[in-house]
Order: sequence, then C-alpha cells, then structure tokens
Amino acid sequence: MDAGTYVLKIYRGTPGKQYWEQFEFKRNYSANVISALMEIQKRPVNRKGEITTPVAWEQGCLEEVCGSCSMLINGKPRQACTALIEEYIRDTGSNVIALAPFTKFPLIRDLCVNRDSMFQALVKIRGWISVDGTEDQGEFGQPISQEVQQAMYVLSTCMTCGCCSESCPQVNHRSEFMGPAAMSQIRYFNTNPTGKLEKSERLRVATGQEGIAGCGNAQNCVRVCPKGIPLTESLSLIGREATKQALKDLIGLPDA
Amino acid sequence: MNTRKTEVIVVGGGLAGLSCAMKLAEKGCHVKLVSVTKVRRSHSVCAQGGINIAINLKGEDDSPIIHAYDTIKGGDFLANQPSIVEMCMAGPAILRMMDRIGCPFNRTPEGHVDFRRFGGTLYHRTAFCGASTGQQLLYALDEQVRRYEAKGLVEKYEHHEFLRLVIDGEGIARGIVIHDLFNLELHVLRADAVVIATGGLGFIYKQSTNSTFCTGAANGRLYMQGMKYANGEFIQIHPTCIPGNDKMRLISESVRGEGGRIWVFGDSSKTIEFPDGSTRSCGKTGEPWYFLEEMYPAFGNLVPRDIASREVLRICEQGLGVDGKIQVFLDVTHLSSEVHTKLASVLEIYEKFTGDNPRKNPMKICPGVHYTMGGAWVDWPAIDDQDRWVRYRQMTNIPGCFNIGESDYLFHGANRLGANSLLSCIFSGLVAGQEVPRYIENLKGFSRDLPEEVFKAAQDLEEKRQKELLSKEGTENVHQLHDEMANYMVRFVSVKRDNPDLKRAIQKLKELRARYENIGMTDRGKELNQTYVFAHQFQAMLEIALVIAKGALLRNEFRGSHFKPEFPERDDQNWLKTTIATYDPSQDEPVITYEPIDMRHLDPIPRDYTTAKKGKPTLKNIRPLDSLE
Repeated sequence: MDAGTYVLKIYRGTPGKQYWEQFEFKRNYSANVISALMEIQKRPVNRKGEITTPVAWEQGCLEEVCGSCSMLINGKPRQACTALIEEYIRDTGSNVIALAPFTKFPLIRDLCVNRDSMFQALVKIRGWISVDGTEDQGEFGQPISQEVQQAMYVLSTCMTCGCCSESCPQVNHRSEFMGPAAMSQIRYFNTNPTGKLEKSERLRVATGQEGIAGCGNAQNCVRVCPKGIPLTESLSLIGREATKQALKDLIGLPDA
Repeated sequence: MNTRKTEVIVVGGGLAGLSCAMKLAEKGCHVKLVSVTKVRRSHSVCAQGGINIAINLKGEDDSPIIHAYDTIKGGDFLANQPSIVEMCMAGPAILRMMDRIGCPFNRTPEGHVDFRRFGGTLYHRTAFCGASTGQQLLYALDEQVRRYEAKGLVEKYEHHEFLRLVIDGEGIARGIVIHDLFNLELHVLRADAVVIATGGLGFIYKQSTNSTFCTGAANGRLYMQGMKYANGEFIQIHPTCIPGNDKMRLISESVRGEGGRIWVFGDSSKTIEFPDGSTRSCGKTGEPWYFLEEMYPAFGNLVPRDIASREVLRICEQGLGVDGKIQVFLDVTHLSSEVHTKLASVLEIYEKFTGDNPRKNPMKICPGVHYTMGGAWVDWPAIDDQDRWVRYRQMTNIPGCFNIGESDYLFHGANRLGANSLLSCIFSGLVAGQEVPRYIENLKGFSRDLPEEVFKAAQDLEEKRQKELLSKEGTENVHQLHDEMANYMVRFVSVKRDNPDLKRAIQKLKELRARYENIGMTDRGKELNQTYVFAHQFQAMLEIALVIAKGALLRNEFRGSHFKPEFPERDDQNWLKTTIATYDPSQDEPVITYEPIDMRHLDPIPRDYTTAKKGKPTLKNIRPLDSLE
C-alpha cells in the first residue's frame, strides 16, 4: 500500500447480510473518521474501484458531547468524531483502520444501531426530578455544596453513547442487565437533594432483574467511557445502597 | 371545551422544543415530539458557556432592565424590543425552574448558583454548569419530558423528519408529513397546532460550529410553503473556533470570560486604524500584541462576537495571523490550575482535536459560522398592546404554525450576545407552551374532524417527491454540490460582504439550483438511505441560502454581524428595519420586503465598546410586570 494513503475497512450491511468493504484515502494531517466517511459520500467508490453506496453512520455535534457517532474502531467502542486518522496510524503502525457497528444493540444498517433500550432504561430508573410543576414560586431548589455539585456534574455528562454497554460482558442477549450508564444515572438522581425523595423507588429498580446484580465487575465500562465517568464507583455504591434498601423493604421500614 | 385532549406537534427537541413540550404536557395537551435524532442529542448540547440571567447575586446592581439594554444594544437595534424586555424579566424565574428540575449549576461556597462574566456585558450574569451548560440544561428538560412520556402525555417520533406542513383550505396549519429516517416510510400526523423548534442552519456553510443536524431544511420547507423568513442575512461568526476537515469546533467565550487573552506577535512596522479613529502601530515586533485589549479598553477580550471576529480578520489581513494563516492565539497558559479545571471540557476539546496541550501552549483559533440570528418571522404582541389577547406570540404568518428558539428571528437582532441563546430558547419554548393552548381554545374545529382528503393530498405530494428523487439518475453528486455551496457561502456571505461578491454568490446558488435537477442518487434503497435524506434537505437549504445572500446584497449598511466595508456605518435612516423574505415560485429569487422595528423602550445609540462604563442604563415605557403574563 502507498504510504501516502490509508484504508478504512468497514463492516457494513443490514442484519444477516453484513460484509467487509474497504475504502482508500489520501492521507491528510487533520482527517478524522468522520471526515473520511464524508469523503465516501462524495465519491462512493470502494478500494477495488467499484461503485458502491455511501456508508451510513450516525453523527451530530462532532465534539464528543451528543453521543451519536459511537462505533467500534479497531474493535474498541468510542466516538468516531475524536478518532484522528494520523493518531491511529502512529499508534498502530498500520495504515488500515477497521470500523464496525456496535454489537450489543440491534443493527439497522452499516455503522448504525438502535440504542432505544438505553433510553427505555432511563424511564425504568425514573431518571428525573419529580417537581410539583414548573410554575415559578419564587424559590430555588435546595442549596448544593460545591463538592456535591462537582460530583453530580461528572455523572450528568453521560451522553447515552452506549460505549459502556458495548464493552460490558454482562450486557448480552441472555441477560436483562440495563448496563452501567443507567446504574450511574440512579446515583446521579439519588444525589440531588430533591431527587433523594424518590431514592427508594430507584434503588428497588437496581435490586431487580435488570439491575445491579447483572454487573460482573469486569470494569471494562470505566475504561471505555469517553467522559471519564467513574462508572465502577457508581456501580459499587448503588450495589451497597440497593442491598440496604432490600433489607429495609424486608422489615417494612420507610426511608427517612 | 372538548373533553378529548388537544393534539400539538412539536418539531425539534433542543432546549426550545423540550421546554415547549414540557409546558404543553403540564397544561394537559398531548404532544407529538418529532426529532431527526434522539432529542437528548440535539444541538443545544454544544452550548458551552452559560445562560444569562440578571439576578444580581454579585452585588453589582444588575437587573433585567440592564440585561435588556445590553441585549438591545448588542443586537445593534435590529430586534423588536418588547420581546427582549420580557425575556430578560422572565430570566430569574427560568433559572429557578432549571435549578428545581435538577440542572447541576456551579455553586458558590454557600451552595447557591454561581455566575461568571461573558461578552458584551460588564456584569457577572452568566450561570453555568462547568463548560457544558447547554448539555446540562438540555438533559434536565429531557428528563422532565421523559417523565411526561412515561405518563403518556408525550409521544416521541425520534429519527423522523418534518417534510411538509398540512395546511387546510382556510390556510390553517393542521398537521405535518414526516418520514421515518430508518426506512423512509411517510406518515401524516394531525394536530391542532404545530410548533417548529428546529434550530439554526450552520450546515449550509458546512464549516460551522453547528451539529450536522442543523441544516435549516425545516424552515426552508416552510418558507417554500409560504412562511415569512426574517433577517436572514444576520449570521453570527464566532471568533474562536478550531478549524477541522469535517466541521469547526467551538472554543467557548467562557475561556475569555475566565481570563483568556487573544494575541498575535506584533509588528511595529505596520499600522492599523483603531476604533477610536487613531492610527497606531501593530504592537511591538516580536512581542505579544493583545490587540482587543488595546483597541477596546473597557471590554477588552470580551467585546461582542461580531466585533471580535472582524478584528481577528482585520489583523490577519495585515499579515499578522499566526503561521501566516487566518488564525490568532487564544491564551490560557497564564491562568491558574483552578481556572483550567473550570474550563476542563473546553480545553479537552482543543487537546482532543489538535493533539496540543492548551494549558502549556496558546491555542490557535479562527472565526467560524456559529449562530443564526434570523429565522421564521413570528408575531409578538407586547404586554400593553391593545390587541395582546387576540394575537399569539411566536406564531408565524401561517395560523397554527408557531416557531421558537434559534429557528425564529425574535431576540437577537443583528448580533447575539454570548449566553443569551440558551435563555431565548427556553423562554420562547415556555411562551409557546402558554400561547398554543390559548390558540387552540379559540380555534374553530379540531384537526381530527377535518376530512381525510386534506391530509391525503399532503402525503401524496411527498410520495410523488420521494419517487422522483429516488429515481434521479443524473451526473451531479449532491454532497459535491453542498461543498460548492458551502465554499461560496463561507467566502462571500460571512464576516465581510461586498456587493459584487454577493452577486456572484447568488449566481452560484442559482447555478446549483439548476444542477440539483441533474443529481444522481448514489443509493436507491429505503433502508437508512442518508443520501436521499440529504438530497431532500438540500433543495430547502439552497432556498434559504438565497434568502441569506439576497438580504445581504440589498442591505447597504454595516450593522451587527452584517459588515460591508463599502458602507462602513450603521444607517438608521434607511436600514433600521426588519428584512422579510417571501417565497414566490414564479420568481428565481426571494421577494424581499421590510417592516418597521418596535423601538418603544430604547432609542438607537451608537454601539460603542471602547469606553463604555458601568452606568445605570434605563429603558422607557416599562410597565411593571408582576410576572410573565
């Protein structure tokens, strides 16, 4: 292969009809995976010189804050927008980069999967603050210390991208585990002073089939999270709290 | 009133769409929320810096009136004033609401919401959540909407796109046609009112800070169906972006709010005209020249965005750009590690996309397309207008079709101040959440009672279009056409505008319109066919690009973001008026008319940022407002 070029090897197609297709590009200092995929749109010709269809993928902000462009790059789940081509060539010593769709979610086409289940999990864990209404009563919420705010902020940067679930051996078609992101969101809402009022209900979800029992402590999630969210810390914390909750429920003790 | 629930469609799930959907559901409406993506991924997540609320927690004697004054002046007097005054007045209540629903704002030691400084003001007025305030505000609203979704009051149509408004024989909006982005199936949704909240149009320029969702296609389609489009020529260029192959990435104004400084290496052999009219040397050769601080002593690095962008360009045209390019340094290396932590997510973006550490080396940044001040024309009866209660705020000229957030034109005039967009999006969303139920209450006849033909006719049109477009076999590639359009728009219709260039741009757009007829579809399937989806959008994008260019060509003055060196002064005599574009299929250019601006609160004054002192600005004709309504 010409040293002035690189190749994207893309696992594409629809369910049951997936195949690899390669595309070759001229090297360019500031290229990332997204800009390469955009090149294919303008000239959908594969490495063999055959005319093909443009590759489908999800994208949005391209600043790693919306969570759209998740995919497997050289087998690792991440956001494609921050995947710089030159960094890959430098780090792997290879001019070939492999792209594939996530495997833990239903495939739609090419690099796109359906991540609805992650959003359904946010409903199950009651991922909201139950305010009486949004009309102004002249009151703020309760004061929050700087330390707690900082902890909450980190948890709240979760963009539901799905990298954690993709990396988790316990998220699979035989298990009902909702995945690390939802567990971390339980911690987030249970930290908010008003959210605390529904703490028990969220913890009961965590004690259920889809909850914390599913975690096998492989710790893959925390390694792939693009936002550096302390997912394993959340998982063990929610695990302890859930156990306490189960005990309270057993003896019929309402939460203080 | 009828016992059956009223049906409302909200298109777009950013801050405006979500706050509107939340308010409507709270008022008992059934909401169909349509979005091209998961609403939680909407472009609002990109807003970094903060939200302006004049609540005066820093003892600076700040007030909503001063906030309104800054906003009117910052917009170079192009905006109608009553809506701005009410927005600023509503600010504190919006902040309290966002705090209550769990938005994790940064805190003071006592545990209250903290504030920072932003461009175009001298006050600490900006509440923030780290450096991803938009993301946090959006998530808090998304969570409330999810709560209503769980209760069955909100029904989401994510990964669906708005294609066409259904307008009945009396010209009233009665529903929409959408397609499913996964399989291109067409659906008709009925409703008693339609709210459009589809954001800005940066993708027309491609090299913009906007998300790729921000095509402007929804407004373009509505414009082609008769919706008036206002002040299209006003496009904000953000002074501090990282250039990239796929897009521009924003470096937030908060970096300067926290003490970041803009500079280039000086060259004492060169001179430049200062804003005060004097001609001075371009700093000292070989030493950092903090040109904004020298030119604008009062506001320094925090002058409004249009001014900063133009000065960066002017400096670079003198040959002082870093590496000889259109780029300058944005420097945070002198700031403490605490400040670096506060700005962490912004600095990380820079590091991720350039591989360079901004804590050690000054960042290299350039101006880029950032915000759409213009948008759908919407009505705004002021609180003390006689006909306040027979008109509807945020309603377009098509009855029953509302427009809110960045996709309307109301709040920012010729230039938006930093951290005002999040406020205007939430505010206009909440306003529509109150106006829509009132509109439906006064509406004769519900959408569900209309004959099927009305809806069938709209769907037929889209079916026909889909067939035609999918069978295109021409030689042009629509993405190539997009590149060509974007190049012309960036070169000729952004920071600096000249009439001969604008004429060339208009010619080019017409040429692209002709070539668009000859595109070939590189994908003909129905499964997640993104080529088709974009080709459908592109037609509407072209029409809006023409609106921008034509409005710019006609406006012979310099106002806010619209800078035309040939006409270097603001011309209130001739141009203190709103541009209105109307689509006429029988003509090859937009029909442009003008409308007077409501200036009941503040007479135009020069927009001076060189010497401004913290004064006590006042507005006239302010009626004491107890609450929003």
